Amino acid sequence: MRNNLIVSGSPHIHKNESVPRIMWTVVLSTIPAGIAGIIIFVIDALWVILAAVAAAVLTEAVFEVLTGRKITAADGSAVITGILLAYNLPPNVPLWMPVVGAAFSIAIGKQVFGGLGQNIFNPALIGRVFLMASWPRYMTTFTRPFSYDAVTSATPLAALKEGKVLEHLSYLDMFLGRRGGCIGEVCILALLIGAAILLIKGYISWHIPVSYILTTAIFTYVFGASQLFHGDWLFHILNGGLILGAFFMATDYVATPLTIRGQFIFGIGCGLLTAIIRIWGGYPEGVSYAILMMNAASPFIDRYTKNRIYGTK
Amino acid sequence: MVKLAENKHYSENKAVERFPVPAKVYLPLIQHLGKACNPEVKVGDTVSLGQRIAGVQANVYAPIHASISGVVAAIKECPHPVLGRAKAIVLEGNGLEEDKNFTLRNRQEVESLSLVDIRNIVLEAGIVGMGGASFPTHIKLNPPRQLDTLIINGAECEPYLTADSRLMVEKKAEITEGIALIASRLKIKEVYIGIEDNKPEAIQAFSGVPGIKVKVLKSDYPQGGEKQLIRNILGKEIPRGKLPFDVGVLVQNVATVYAVYEAVFKGRPLMERVVTVTGSCLKNPRNLLVRLGTPIKDLIDFCGPLREEPAKIIIGGPMMGIAQYTDEVPVIKSSGGILLMGAQEAKTLEEGPCIRCAACVRSCPVGLMPCQINLASERALWSLTKEYGAGDCIECGICNYVCPANRRLLQTIKRAKLEGARA
Repeated sequence: MRNNLIVSGSPHIHKNESVPRIMWTVVLSTIPAGIAGIIIFVIDALWVILAAVAAAVLTEAVFEVLTGRKITAADGSAVITGILLAYNLPPNVPLWMPVVGAAFSIAIGKQVFGGLGQNIFNPALIGRVFLMASWPRYMTTFTRPFSYDAVTSATPLAALKEGKVLEHLSYLDMFLGRRGGCIGEVCILALLIGAAILLIKGYISWHIPVSYILTTAIFTYVFGASQLFHGDWLFHILNGGLILGAFFMATDYVATPLTIRGQFIFGIGCGLLTAIIRIWGGYPEGVSYAILMMNAASPFIDRYTKNRIYGTK
Repeated sequence: MVKLAENKHYSENKAVERFPVPAKVYLPLIQHLGKACNPEVKVGDTVSLGQRIAGVQANVYAPIHASISGVVAAIKECPHPVLGRAKAIVLEGNGLEEDKNFTLRNRQEVESLSLVDIRNIVLEAGIVGMGGASFPTHIKLNPPRQLDTLIINGAECEPYLTADSRLMVEKKAEITEGIALIASRLKIKEVYIGIEDNKPEAIQAFSGVPGIKVKVLKSDYPQGGEKQLIRNILGKEIPRGKLPFDVGVLVQNVATVYAVYEAVFKGRPLMERVVTVTGSCLKNPRNLLVRLGTPIKDLIDFCGPLREEPAKIIIGGPMMGIAQYTDEVPVIKSSGGILLMGAQEAKTLEEGPCIRCAACVRSCPVGLMPCQINLASERALWSLTKEYGAGDCIECGICNYVCPANRRLLQTIKRAKLEGARA
């Protein structure tokens, strides 16, 4: 007779999947954009990325030790926060900025809410917005691509906002990242390679990115120029942090809606807010604020976009 | 709906073998949904194979029959695969394995039977839904309205299990007779048999059978759930709180239909069934025709020697089956499989916080948001779990299966269902 058997509730099998596996795959998917950033902005970008990642992981570990929580600093999620924060910084910021920003992201953006899965806002964006509000000058000084002596230049979006005439950039230049901007946002090609990894693995779905980008494109096409229906929508897609935001930050599980309907609303909301800020707002770029505002709306969206239950209307 | 690792290769090509008559059987007085039976024999009585030994005055019940000839050794609390422990009649075999004279009926005699006759035969044979629900079949043969569709459930969507699949291949003629019997007496015009595309032999067996439409289903779990089956075959849903009857549909499992055939044509009450004994622990997994009441340890020994000592024994499939605390539990009417898991497979995974990845939301076959119900249930917010439709959960377990954080979604949703029903 056997009586030392394991008894547990059904089901008794489990998909070969885990949170660390998802997180580390997301880390992997961000690497192409990081490599592109390092090539375009030279070695400075690498130090910014490493500083942000180290600070994020360390802050998570320290916070978890202090609060007596389980140490999950190695599950990959803090690494993602560090990477995404770094990708949202200009390449030539002093190195204490990614450190302070990442610590803020993890401590205030994530851990005070209860850690993994509990945050209301995307932690990386919380860090970026904090740095933006505290040290705006550092956050808006961008180096020219491939410039070894750190010559500053305006980003195309900032130039547009200020009505400055920018040196001519082709769409191909923008697609490949030959422009001023944040470390991880400039090379659209690299971002799309990473996004493809996540889409193929099924870790993100297309609903948020596509509805986000389409909405921004349509809105900037209609209202982006002095005359209606003359906006340069492709310029708006290829510039700023739209592609980075749409695929890597607006898709953050924790602070986005659960159902497909909710995700469409979220994406469309992000797109509208981004376009409105870019066209009529005080900042040249609106991706961070758009996503954060929609993060705040997510619980509300969830409540009103439940799936239809079998057998009900 | 989710594609699972099927693991049917262990036993899908093994023809059903008859398990030798056991020396002792444990027949629980409740093996069905409804009222428990009372013993109709005393300790010391001699009983013969197929003799009715327990019943009760009630509408919803199914009588119990002796599955071996012998003597009533005891009537006592025994391990029960679903209830933990329950009263059972213990029979000790006397070796007189008589082919008792069951009332055989020829085709003419069967033709002359009315619906009421058939219903009585089915009731007296103790037949219940053998797909796992154990609802007495005679009640399903008494629909409150005219039905237009009969769906035979041959999906067998649980991984590992192959009992229904083998039955369809080996007992095609008998099942076809059973189907024709039920359809003709209930004046049902449309008959479907739903089979997953991972059972080509069964699909081939029923293709071209007049009067039966084979519906090939994708092998996605839980394709064999009654609600899913009706939606995927007929394109309609059972409204919330209603039964298949209400949309003019009757669903019967293939094993149940086979039991109906056996009762009507062969006069044999339900006293044996096909059980898949399987898992990586076994050197020799197989499909066995087993007398009800046989302790599962006899079946495990029969399939031995073991590759590895089981750490977990499940009756049923890995998704909805029940983990057993002892191998002394008997096979009952609803036991379609015995699955043995080794230490590695049975390892309990550590639970982490929900990251809202929505994998459960995308997979739920009834459209629930399991992660939301889970969080509300953990906080005992029963009005919220109700708002999220916890009561509609079919307990298929797919949410647990896909959860990367290994959250105990199903357990907490079951709790919410109970609390919601109480409120």
